[in-house]
Amino acid sequence: MGNVIKLDGILGVGELKAATDAPPASGCTSSACGSSDGPADMAPEVWEKVKNHPCYSEEAHHYFARMHVAVAPACNIQCNYCNRKYDCSNESRPGVVSEKLTPEQAVKKVLAVAQEIPQLSVIGIAGPGDSLAAGGKNSFATFEMLSKLAPDLKLCISTNGLALPDHVERLKNYNVDHVTITINMVDPEVGERIYPWIFHNHKRWTGRDAAKILHERQMLGLEMLTSAGILAKINSVMIPGINDEHLMEVNAQVKKRGAFLHNIMPLISDPAHGTHFGLTGQRGPTAQELKVLQDKCEGGAKLMRHCRQCRADAVGLLGEDRGDEFTIDRIEAMEVSTDDAVRKTYREHVESERAKRAESKEAARAEVAETVSAEVKPILVAVATKGGERINEHFGHAREFQIYEVGHAGAKFVGHRRVEQYCEGGSGDDDALSTVLAAINDCAAVFVAKIGGCPKKTLEAAGIEPVDSYAFEYIEESALTYFKAYAERVSQGLAPNGVTRDAVIRPAEPAALRA
Amino acid sequence: MAYKIKSAECTVCGACEAECPNLAISLKKGTYIIDPAKCTECEGQFDSPQCAAVCPADCCVPA
Repeated sequence: MGNVIKLDGILGVGELKAATDAPPASGCTSSACGSSDGPADMAPEVWEKVKNHPCYSEEAHHYFARMHVAVAPACNIQCNYCNRKYDCSNESRPGVVSEKLTPEQAVKKVLAVAQEIPQLSVIGIAGPGDSLAAGGKNSFATFEMLSKLAPDLKLCISTNGLALPDHVERLKNYNVDHVTITINMVDPEVGERIYPWIFHNHKRWTGRDAAKILHERQMLGLEMLTSAGILAKINSVMIPGINDEHLMEVNAQVKKRGAFLHNIMPLISDPAHGTHFGLTGQRGPTAQELKVLQDKCEGGAKLMRHCRQCRADAVGLLGEDRGDEFTIDRIEAMEVSTDDAVRKTYREHVESERAKRAESKEAARAEVAETVSAEVKPILVAVATKGGERINEHFGHAREFQIYEVGHAGAKFVGHRRVEQYCEGGSGDDDALSTVLAAINDCAAVFVAKIGGCPKKTLEAAGIEPVDSYAFEYIEESALTYFKAYAERVSQGLAPNGVTRDAVIRPAEPAALRA
Repeated sequence: MAYKIKSAECTVCGACEAECPNLAISLKKGTYIIDPAKCTECEGQFDSPQCAAVCPADCCVPA
């Protein structure tokens, strides 16, 4: 298991027990007030709901873990990017699982994971079918047991929305305060190119009728969630040539109906997946196409940029998957308890860290705003991190890079890029290095805890500056410090003002390589 | 008059079991089967057999 994150590695040595009494944060706690809003940007009751949820708060995703339990295999619609026959453990993408669980097995798995991973804060049901199809029977049976045995864990579901209006009341009763709806269109003409059929009211509907019903049910469901005070996240799959421009309209429509967050994800398409889009050669977007669309949607429904498009049975912090450690066989043999003391300690620690972090980020942001000219264009930097908002991963060990945009206005997280691990067993793999270069090609620099001499030269030749001088420091502050020096070099004509290269989005590496 | 499930193509998702108005579908040894004695092909109940209409693998067919 290469990607296990120890608590110490995230928190920094000795920090877990360090007493903190920093004053509360004030003003804008996130540097850009965009993708990573903090307590100053929302109502207190909303912040209470999202602050420990890795999928709803960008900040929380550096500290908290989620797990999906795959109890809902049945689905009520067909999407052109999904093939329900395909289930391979070498895949990491939504809708895919290795083991389907009964509600009883799922609950035991949750308790097992909760005692091993104190960062665990959220239990989600995301399929592999639709969590509310087939009457939502398994999903609600799971929630029923969990709400009694582990009441400190947040419950959430994701759904295509078709059955949602029938279940909002019930979700409310189980204190589910986060629901994700996948909405790819608000126009049936667009929808009929994405959904070949739906099953509704005892009938299979096709073509535009199907898309129209689905659209109306999605909008009704979203409105009902908003009225019930349940936070709604909207997932949209960006499909170039089909709904890419249209997603701006989706963003506007879901904002109007009270969506809390909009997550625009790139289509994952490969003939080997056997999906309609994969087999017909429909391509996914490039990194810059995705970013341009996300940027165009800024100012509408708030965008989520840290989605890892994880599997329906993912376990761990976003960007890692420890699912292999918790297979049914292993869980059956485990003793589990409902003691939540360690989770509690961890949450208290994060809470005390938060105020300090917000102050420190704000100070770094203010310094750049004062000293750097707005003429200097923002740049992207790639960061090798294991979590905890620190630059704490070796270049060669990184399985993904977090991408930050840093400029006069501040530093903000804008996405992540999956890569093949460059360094496996001590020696560098040149093929893997070229995939890393392609994945972060639009970045001016890459921040690492450590890097070898050979990849360093290759990166420099490609115009990406390898930076190891901020090893184990905090990401945003380091990015701002770097940008200040970079701007200095731009003004002296020693560095280009802005980067115009594009980068490639790749799906996750096969799970087999991760073991 | 009854439907059957082509087990080689079935993904064992259970969508059919939830829709069957006659409780004719059940999980036996890891695969779903239709009890022909209970199956009515949904005649007089719905426009079309519910299992076939909901099945994502299109593997519920006339026996």
